[in-house]
Amino acid sequence: MALDRDKANEFEELAMPLFASLYNLAQWLTQDRTEAEDLVQESYAKALKGFGSFQPGTNFRAWIYRILRNTFLTSRTGLNAAKTMPWDDEDDSRSVSPVTTETPESILLARADHNAIQAALQQLPVAHREIILLCDVEEMSYREIAEALTIPIGTVMSRLARARRAMRQLLADKVQGANR
Amino acid sequence: MTCETWQRKIDAYLDAELPEAETRELDIHLRSCASCSSQALTRSELKRTIHLAGKKFVPDPELRKRIQSSISPKVSGRRWGWIVEVGATCAAVLLLIFGSMVWLRQSQRQQLVGELTDLHVATLASANRVDVVSSDRHTVKPWFQGKVPFTFNLPDLQGSSFELIGGKVTYLDQSPGAQLLFTVRKHMLSVFIFKDSPELDRALGSSELTRKLSFNLESWTDGGLRYLVVTDASRSDINELRARIVEAAR
Repeated sequence: MALDRDKANEFEELAMPLFASLYNLAQWLTQDRTEAEDLVQESYAKALKGFGSFQPGTNFRAWIYRILRNTFLTSRTGLNAAKTMPWDDEDDSRSVSPVTTETPESILLARADHNAIQAALQQLPVAHREIILLCDVEEMSYREIAEALTIPIGTVMSRLARARRAMRQLLADKVQGANR
Repeated sequence: MTCETWQRKIDAYLDAELPEAETRELDIHLRSCASCSSQALTRSELKRTIHLAGKKFVPDPELRKRIQSSISPKVSGRRWGWIVEVGATCAAVLLLIFGSMVWLRQSQRQQLVGELTDLHVATLASANRVDVVSSDRHTVKPWFQGKVPFTFNLPDLQGSSFELIGGKVTYLDQSPGAQLLFTVRKHMLSVFIFKDSPELDRALGSSELTRKLSFNLESWTDGGLRYLVVTDASRSDINELRARIVEAAR
């Protein structure tokens, strides 16, 4: 092992509390339990190997998530997901309209339904699903998300706005479909 | 500003990412605009539900064990095997002998954790949470001079998600100490600093993370001082703040 005992202990202390969160994100990305387990295991191995280059005092959570995500993107599932989704959206948050056909009322009908929320998240393109999870589930700040995804903060904001708009639209469609 | 412009800012407002001045303006606008406040309510509810529904997948405990053992610093099996065996036997004997001491320590620990959680909750519930209100560590640190029987350094929080709210003098087991209040993404963290004592050391031991009533409590000693963090923030946030405090103490 390249790391000395103290460094390896430090890694364990920082990395293990994030295990459940990283696993949850991994399964949301891969949509498959076995793939998620392999992804988490591989990410931990890579992170341990590269821990020597981690700068103490910087954001460990964003750093290790970046490793998990890059590992995912180079997997077969990740490559397929990347093909169907433009990751390099522009910083054009001004062009994002706040609402489309969804109404607050229709969303309110769906919001209490965890299954509906989970189904909508699953339907979202992986880039949208990922950014919503980082912001709303992991409660990362925009700066942390920018670090984790290696994109500018402006892109975080525009991608998040698009993702949320898509999410609200999916929920509104579901409610409208149920009412028909 | 028009409603359309405000509605573009509602997400950043709910994510606590809107600049302070705009947050205040939007607060005022929401009180008088039914359409925008309805949008804000819906999005806030949706955000909260996603937070809960998004925590869907639970890992297999076996995976945790596998990863834990793959990253733990290894002791080579054959070469050190006999040491591990002897160590395990000794540990079993020691466990037997000191079982009652551990039980005593556990109950002291539970009591202390309870008191610290109470202090944190009482602070949050108070109208005047801190006696020195400042995000400037060079204002907060000198305020404690002559009030607590020790001195300490406060971390540089520039470029981090943490913010210092201020501090006040507090007491634990009749000993004065410092209570510092920080925020991280709307979560409050109390950092208590006391002179380390054999009683505290016995009750809390070395660094450990405990949970009580959904609060996390982290404790460690450094330079004769006992640091304790009580918060509902995540473990990674606690670890980051701890790293910054340890760095500042050097």
